[in-house]
Amino acid sequence: MDWLGPEEWQAVALSLRVSLWATVASLPLGILAAYALARWSFPGKQLLNGLVHLPLILPPVVTGYLLLLTFGTQGPVGGPLSELGIVFAFRWTGAALAAGVMAFPLMVRAIRLSIEAVDPRLEQASATLGASPPWVFVTVTLPLILPGVVAGAILAFAKAMGEFGATITFVSNIPGETRTIPSAIYAFLQVPGGEDAATRLVLVSVGVAMGALLLSEWIARRVAARVGGA
Amino acid sequence: MTLEVRIRHSFGGFTLDAAFDAPAGVTVLFGRSGSGKTTIVNAVAGLLRPEGGRIAVDGRVLTDTEARVWLPPHRRRLGTIFQEGRLLPHLTVRQNLRYGAWFAPRDARREDMGRIVEMLGIGHLLDRRPGALSGGEKQRVAIGRALLSAPAAILADEPLAALDEARKAEILPYFERLRDEVAVPILYVSHAASEVARLATTVVALEAGRVVAQGPAAEVLGDPGVTPLGPREVGAVLETRVVAHHADGLTELSAGGVQLFLPRIARAEGARARVRIAAHEVLLSRGAPAGLSALNILPGTVREVRPGDGPGAIVALDTPAGRVLARVTRRSVAALSLAPGVPVHAVVKSVSVAPEDVGAR
Repeated sequence: MDWLGPEEWQAVALSLRVSLWATVASLPLGILAAYALARWSFPGKQLLNGLVHLPLILPPVVTGYLLLLTFGTQGPVGGPLSELGIVFAFRWTGAALAAGVMAFPLMVRAIRLSIEAVDPRLEQASATLGASPPWVFVTVTLPLILPGVVAGAILAFAKAMGEFGATITFVSNIPGETRTIPSAIYAFLQVPGGEDAATRLVLVSVGVAMGALLLSEWIARRVAARVGGA
Repeated sequence: MTLEVRIRHSFGGFTLDAAFDAPAGVTVLFGRSGSGKTTIVNAVAGLLRPEGGRIAVDGRVLTDTEARVWLPPHRRRLGTIFQEGRLLPHLTVRQNLRYGAWFAPRDARREDMGRIVEMLGIGHLLDRRPGALSGGEKQRVAIGRALLSAPAAILADEPLAALDEARKAEILPYFERLRDEVAVPILYVSHAASEVARLATTVVALEAGRVVAQGPAAEVLGDPGVTPLGPREVGAVLETRVVAHHADGLTELSAGGVQLFLPRIARAEGARARVRIAAHEVLLSRGAPAGLSALNILPGTVREVRPGDGPGAIVALDTPAGRVLARVTRRSVAALSLAPGVPVHAVVKSVSVAPEDVGAR
């Protein structure tokens, strides 16, 4: 991989790590939120729905600033967490948090649609066969929504790879710590002669995005064949 | 082994108030659509919480609104067979069959998977997924899945209603075997007269949310006052024995010593068979009829005459073969002076007995 310079390589590796963590850590929460929005009725459901979708509508810079206010070392959540040694501000973990928050609406949307497509009568049937609600979820709901979960996760991963506004506002643009591919492209374009490096990173971005898309299509097709076929 | 059901529930201007016991064998809950059958099954399965009532199986309370007891569906251990099968599409047939057994308590009395698979003829389907099965095959797997969950009782909610006639004929014998081979009570919901006649050990007739009759099948189906599906669907059931198959395509049966001829039925000589005689296919004659083409003539006496709302009346006869119902006009009732105690002959054409009205035992 010597066609990428060490700085570029660093940005790619960091982006992959940040996006992977953002996706994996937000997945359980995403499934829970999608399930609650699809199946439960509770006071404040519309509020939750709005909250989940907020990062999609707000300017990313606003989201990043709100994260800084909340999760900064002086913030109401970041303060107590930093006492425990968990620091987000100006760390790669903060970049992962920003990417996860920005990707969350896309993930929840995809999973919610697949949950709404599950026939509740199948879940009833499994309950009459002795499966308690958690078992119904694990043995019936989860396998049936797997294509949606995979699609949501890959969409979130791709979104996380491209996150820029909230990340740079929340955790700045520190090489090796928070300089992900988009931040690196931005930084390269600020200096004369940086166009070549920027172009190489653009190619990597396109490659990763296309790869993620093809992978999700392939997995979705495999799962669909398993459920529908012989 | 008894399933006790007492339910009160109202919704949308409809009040259900039903109480019955389902002993071992098949109890058919029988009535028109909208009479409350599915509500009862859902309440028993725990998929609906009735406003009032008590449901218990073998003394184990599933629902008791007064004692504030309500078991969720997964703790009831009732094998439920739904109209649409509801097999889990992501599992193979084998996994579907094992699904319920996996959740059954360790000390539960288990059916042997091999025996059930053989009884239902689904051995060649085990590695397929439900998407690749026909409607009839799906329903057979659904029966097996319910049986293998070690149930305390089995619920079947119109399991044949979504199938065409040929598939119904394919599945009905399996329910007959179920009735004869499984010890637990089976609550079977139906609005098809032939299913009731063939399967029922006990009949619970439901009209507009109320139980209008319950008891042994022959007794309830032979009661001219019980017409939950309307007078057109009335018909008594005779218990018969196959005597011989004749070369001209007829099967000779004996019902309490009375000889009956029906189009060939697929049962061995000496086997018992249930025959449903539709009331509108029965002619009545005061004198011994002569020179008739009809082969079956049952001598008897009138037990009861039930005039209907229209021009018809239902006449119940006691014959040596058992109770027979005839649907005739009120004009004929007057012309023949039919009244309790009057001797008459019931005439039944062989070809008027439909094949789906003849079942095992």
